[in-house]
Amino acid sequence: MNSILVFLLGLTFLFLVLIGLGIFWAIKNGQFEDMEGPAQRILMDDDDPLLPGRRSAGDTLNKEP
Amino acid sequence: MTEAAACFHCGQPLVPGAAFKVEIAQQFQPMCCRGCQAVAQAIVDNGLAAYYKNRTVLPGRGQEVLSAELDQLRLYDHPKIQQSFVLDTGEHIKQAVLILEGITCAACVWLNERHLLQLPGVRLVNVNYASHRVRISWDQREIALSTILAEIQRLGYHAHPYNAQSAANSRERRRKKDLRRLAIAGIAAAQVMMLAVALYAGSWYGMEASTAKLLRWLSLALTLPVMIFAAQPFYSAAWSALKMRRLTMDVPVVIALLSAFAGSVANTWLGQSHVYYDAINMFVLFLLGTRLLEQGARERSMEAAENLLKLAPAMATRVTEDGHQLVPVLELIAGDRLLVKPGETFPADGTVESGAGGVDEALLTGESRLVAKQPGDQVIAGSINSDSPLTVRVTSIGENTVLAGIVRLLDQALAEKPRLAQLVDRIAAQFTWGLLALTLLTGVAWWWIDPSRVFDIVLSVLVVTCPCALSLAAPAALAAAGSHLLARGVLVTRGHALETLARVDHVVFDKTGTLTYGKPVLQATYPLAEWDAQQCLRWAASLEQASEHPLAAPFLAKIAADALLPVIDAHNEPGRGVSGIIAGKRYFIGRAELAGHAAADAVTDGATQVWLADETRLLAKFVLADALRSDAKQLVEALKAQGLRLSIFSGDDSATVRHIGAELGIADCRGELKPADKLAALRTLQAAGEVVMMLGDGVNDAPVLAAAQVSLAMGAGTQVARATSDMVLLSERLMEVAHALELSRLSMSVMRQNFAWAIAYNLIAVPLAALGWVSPWLAALGMSASSLIVVANALRLK
Repeated sequence: MNSILVFLLGLTFLFLVLIGLGIFWAIKNGQFEDMEGPAQRILMDDDDPLLPGRRSAGDTLNKEP
Repeated sequence: MTEAAACFHCGQPLVPGAAFKVEIAQQFQPMCCRGCQAVAQAIVDNGLAAYYKNRTVLPGRGQEVLSAELDQLRLYDHPKIQQSFVLDTGEHIKQAVLILEGITCAACVWLNERHLLQLPGVRLVNVNYASHRVRISWDQREIALSTILAEIQRLGYHAHPYNAQSAANSRERRRKKDLRRLAIAGIAAAQVMMLAVALYAGSWYGMEASTAKLLRWLSLALTLPVMIFAAQPFYSAAWSALKMRRLTMDVPVVIALLSAFAGSVANTWLGQSHVYYDAINMFVLFLLGTRLLEQGARERSMEAAENLLKLAPAMATRVTEDGHQLVPVLELIAGDRLLVKPGETFPADGTVESGAGGVDEALLTGESRLVAKQPGDQVIAGSINSDSPLTVRVTSIGENTVLAGIVRLLDQALAEKPRLAQLVDRIAAQFTWGLLALTLLTGVAWWWIDPSRVFDIVLSVLVVTCPCALSLAAPAALAAAGSHLLARGVLVTRGHALETLARVDHVVFDKTGTLTYGKPVLQATYPLAEWDAQQCLRWAASLEQASEHPLAAPFLAKIAADALLPVIDAHNEPGRGVSGIIAGKRYFIGRAELAGHAAADAVTDGATQVWLADETRLLAKFVLADALRSDAKQLVEALKAQGLRLSIFSGDDSATVRHIGAELGIADCRGELKPADKLAALRTLQAAGEVVMMLGDGVNDAPVLAAAQVSLAMGAGTQVARATSDMVLLSERLMEVAHALELSRLSMSVMRQNFAWAIAYNLIAVPLAALGWVSPWLAALGMSASSLIVVANALRLK
């Protein structure tokens, strides 16, 4: 059994602990509470020209079918 | 094209002749009513027109915020009421969780967050799209909660407080714990699987014994947290089942887990090569994953149901010598004197002491007309005071009210429902017994044939027969169909609803509020002098601005706000009408005798007549009546096409019911039914062997809703009706009922396919495993694959 294997396995263990802590942190912060909202929210433009103060002339709204 | 004739905001058909428009992005868009117009205007005025670009689902019909509603919202500013749902998070900073009704797509979330954040004093707005709840934090000095609620209403949504302390909190904690378990199992499973590949490859190509030993010990270390922490729900479920002397699916799962682990640990300790850590981890990960998915779908429905049923904290105005006092309804006692303002609900049964006016008892009787009340008359808890303040002496409260009596009636009906769940449990128990017996038999048989393989084979049998696919077959299909229906606006609140829905052959409708809007709509205008109809309407609507009477709203809905004339000295005469001066002349609207005319106040076919007069003569007669929902006829046709029998049971008078029935093409129409009569009529149908679906909205429907095999309440209906129904129609679209019926049949066929597959899988896999042709890891893989197929099949329900 060579020492590189022991070293790498130890390193894997360290990474696993880090991954676990990261996921626990994310769960604790409620990142899995709303599984749909964030995916859709990213499509909404906060810099939309229709927002007040950003209005630019000639911008028209596409009507939905 | 349908688009041309549809409201730009809510997509409902436009009423011919109504001219409501809002300019959106330099284009005038048609609106169906004043409500939608007001909502769309509010959205555009706040620079949020991008909502229309981003939305994917049409919202509900807009509703104007009436001043009476605003008064009710103001109740929420009362510190005593706020106690129950508002948190202090800093000096003057308050935080509350609100239930947001009317969220249909992600654009709604955006719209609400954007708009509320623009308000001064609002610190944080966080809308949860999945649970339809919003967390808001605000500075008490700058803005009142009622203002925030009113702003939400202005956008066309409804918000009411949610008491986050109780059930939801513990559910959230449990969900987080489940997620942590899944995470641990996932991380461990990935690693152990990797080590397992190395071990299998090693045993094939040759690996140093010490390396293999190291890898096995490492696998053990990784599996330990899974066995101790992640798999814990299975132990506790199996233990509690055993304690109650029952067998559930968890028992063989735990037996498989513990024996596999014990065997693996022993072999690791002895330095032998047979370990099953990979199978253990895969098994736990997969079971946890499917449970979480299924639970997630169920909780979503539960949250939606909770959002709906959460009662607002009720308050009443008590009249004492020291003046008026706002007290919680629970503190009322018989003999208290209460002031009930127009628009408020009577909190208790009582006798009118002073004041006179119309009371809306539709919730109890189903009748859409107002009942006149004078001093000495009885009023019933749950009815709504509609036109003038009444002082009431409380005669009975809580359990003793008429309303509570109806609720009791329905409790009885609920208790008589068949319990399908028990049947499923019994079958599962028998299945488990058979499985354990089979495992034992296999073990004994192999003990004779080849003792060295006994453990391997017994383990394979246990894992391969894990009734996962079988136990998932029904819940997966129900959960998929349920969440799909929820997205379309039909909330399934009871597990058996879909199953029963598929067998329905008779649909019974309530009339008021279900087939009709449940509120008066202007039917016809008869000018009696030289004025044309439009002018009469304009004058009428102008006068009605001063009134909060339910008959005022249909006039105001007909005339755009900017066309209303200023009225001086408007005078509200409770129970009779309104008078006021327009352009220097006095006009009257309401009952004919208000203006001193003796015209007969005849009421025909459930329609109400309203007169417009000046000081000398009658100018016009308006006929108001409850109108059919715009898609009622479409629904009736769709249901007939599905081959269902249809009936109407209504508390309204028979003539009106027959009239509506004729219009819709429903032959079996019964009117003047009291709640008990409806129940009896329903029982007669059921005795004839029919599976009845009931659609209703009122308190008077509640016992029938509970007694019908499957029932659907209108979302706008009463709390009691929604609480007793198996399903709730959250959207205003009646056509979703026909869709739900179709989907239920599809779900049943998917469920049957799932059962067939699960049983076929077991029939094939069990003999193979018992003959020793399946190794434990292959068994775990087969089990997972069969469950996955079941879930994937369920997801086809779209």
